[in-house]
Amino acid sequence: MEVFIKGAGIISPQNTTDNSVFLNDIVKHEKDTLNCVEPVYKEYINPIQLRRMSRLIKMSICASKICLKEAGIENPGAIISGTGLGLVEDTEKFLNSVLDYKEQFLTPTSFIQSTHNTISGQVAIALQCFNYNNTYSHRGFSFESALLDGMLLIHDKDAENALIGGFDEITEQHHSILKKTKWVKKEQVNHLDLLNYKTPGTVDGEGVSFIAITGKKDEGTYAQIKNISTLYKPKDYKEVENHIEKFLSENGISKNDLDLVVLGLNGNTDTDGIYYNLTDNYFNTNYAYFKHLCGEYHTVGAFALWFASKCIKHQNVPEIAIYNKQHFTKKPIKNVLVYNHFKNINHSFYLLNQ
Amino acid sequence: MSKRIFITGIGIITGIGNNVEETLQSIRSGKTGVGKIKYLDTFHKDTIPVSEVNYSNDELIALLGLDKNEPFTRATLMGIMAAAEAVKSAGITNMNDKRTGVISGTTVGGMDKSEQFYHDFLTAGEHIRYIESHDCGDSTERIADYIHVKDFVSTTSTACSSAANSIMFGARLIKNNRLDRVIAGGTESLTKYHLNGFNTLMILDRELCKPFDENRKGLNLGEGAAFVVLESEDLVKETGKKVFCELTGYGNACEAFHQTASTPEGKGAYLAMKKALDRSGLRIDQIDYINAHGTGTENNDISEGRAIETLFGKTPPPVSSTKSFTGHTTSAAGGVEAILSILAIQHNLIYPNMNFQEQMKELSFKPVTHLMENVKVDHVLSNSFGFGGNNSALIFSRV
Repeated sequence: MEVFIKGAGIISPQNTTDNSVFLNDIVKHEKDTLNCVEPVYKEYINPIQLRRMSRLIKMSICASKICLKEAGIENPGAIISGTGLGLVEDTEKFLNSVLDYKEQFLTPTSFIQSTHNTISGQVAIALQCFNYNNTYSHRGFSFESALLDGMLLIHDKDAENALIGGFDEITEQHHSILKKTKWVKKEQVNHLDLLNYKTPGTVDGEGVSFIAITGKKDEGTYAQIKNISTLYKPKDYKEVENHIEKFLSENGISKNDLDLVVLGLNGNTDTDGIYYNLTDNYFNTNYAYFKHLCGEYHTVGAFALWFASKCIKHQNVPEIAIYNKQHFTKKPIKNVLVYNHFKNINHSFYLLNQ
Repeated sequence: MSKRIFITGIGIITGIGNNVEETLQSIRSGKTGVGKIKYLDTFHKDTIPVSEVNYSNDELIALLGLDKNEPFTRATLMGIMAAAEAVKSAGITNMNDKRTGVISGTTVGGMDKSEQFYHDFLTAGEHIRYIESHDCGDSTERIADYIHVKDFVSTTSTACSSAANSIMFGARLIKNNRLDRVIAGGTESLTKYHLNGFNTLMILDRELCKPFDENRKGLNLGEGAAFVVLESEDLVKETGKKVFCELTGYGNACEAFHQTASTPEGKGAYLAMKKALDRSGLRIDQIDYINAHGTGTENNDISEGRAIETLFGKTPPPVSSTKSFTGHTTSAAGGVEAILSILAIQHNLIYPNMNFQEQMKELSFKPVTHLMENVKVDHVLSNSFGFGGNNSALIFSRV
């Protein structure tokens, strides 16, 4: 099943579009949502097209171009993306018009752009790519499904490579709705200190992440994705441990072989215990975390995968992302497990190798 | 890797029936589900005909024995009805003895409730629990929970080709030995949101839709859910169960032309059908029936018709669109039409393209106009095309 990550295009609340560096200039956000640091679009998209695109489409076209350029791929064998909520800005725009104008005097643009597959479709149009095209929208399995689909295509020899994306955006209106739920922290927080509040909820983030995967290893390779696994609604900590045990052994390694475990800690006391159980009772290695940098969203697994592959490529875990600072041991980063869960419903696991 | 994929169960609910049996009866008697809006609360209820499932949400909740205080969306309720029927027809009694997944296709997801409570979400928040059922994954998870599937859940969202892509993904997961069986299909309820969206695109017929007709004026929206049970060759051998048919071909291609329109020559449609045919190893003359996407819009029917001509020549096998029965059930359409294709094989039927009168000037063929019974139907090609240039095709074959 293994594939190789060959290129990345990451637009996130941090400075991540320059692939030559790795989180060396951390952005601290003052708002209570973590919004993307947007690139200068006109370097990537012509101004006429740019005017018609909503923010998420712009970010996605841009990220896909950065990714394919680095990978040296002109026309990918497949374009597959995942998104939890799709194009929220366009959806709100059309929904508000339908409701405010009582279903009259509507125009189609925001409706047309609000379907979840707009991104895969627009990227295909930009590249004139007629190959396999798909979009998944399943909470914390959205990006994971897209990646698994791409891995299957390469394994089945239906494609030599694939462009895999994860995208989600946060808007003010949607944030105001989420604040009414238990998933967002009530208090104002310094996101860089996210794990120290010890309160329920997390911070909303967003991001657009594209990676290029191929079946062949070559010079530009970041890392190998050995395998991916998902776990739906585990009943207790033990089931998570058992799942990891099985996943690792099926891929020929044990937990003692792991040089780094990347955890999806998001500062929510209701759900972070699952990770703490693993660091306290199960693993004994180095840990990294990342959601204090990008916030929580459905397809944050894409950021996590990029982060882990970048650690392998640079043979370095950025200081700000080290979880066990006191016990962190310097060693080559060869085998990395990424474990992330969304609301303790969708648990995902990636195994990466150097 | 050379594993074959069998269909062992089917379940469906649309405006023409609440289950497989009723669906077949409506088709045989030429009864359409399209008519005046009864359940959807909309400004257009007297002017735009649609095909609604013949139960209210409360009735579905009662039928399924669910808790009415839970935030069930209409997509979830219809999805459970169809998925439960599929599981029952596959004779599955223990869901946990084999690696099983649920893959559903939906695009508007829980929008029916979000549009009802949106102002509340932004103000008092009394119905805020419904925000948890807004996303596409919600209905899939509730369906999976109802039928006790835990090993894998996923949701495709490629607009009107969603369910076809779910079936394809399910088949590939089985082929790659990641799962033994998958309940795959789609569910979509009518919403004000997409009824108005399609209306702004001016592609809704105010009368009954007329796919492949020279004077077609657009589509009729519909709602529903449909799921198939896909099982691996090994599992079918092990249980020795009877199968409905085999999924022999599938293809997915992108038109990369326009977000909502297709090229006049139907490039994406052609590529998807060609890929499905190549994978099946069948010759074009072996396809006995094409269940077309056939929405009844100016644009679709010309692209699809030309793509069929390009692949099959000027005298293609019998073609019909069943959307004049069910309406266009959008994300569920690929599932609905997969089941109609499977029933065509099982009962040796080819369905009429209802409301057709005049052949399109641009095409060399016209669709089937009368129900054909006792005909040889061994291989059926089913097309599903969606916004974003997402084109998918499936081939079902008699075993």
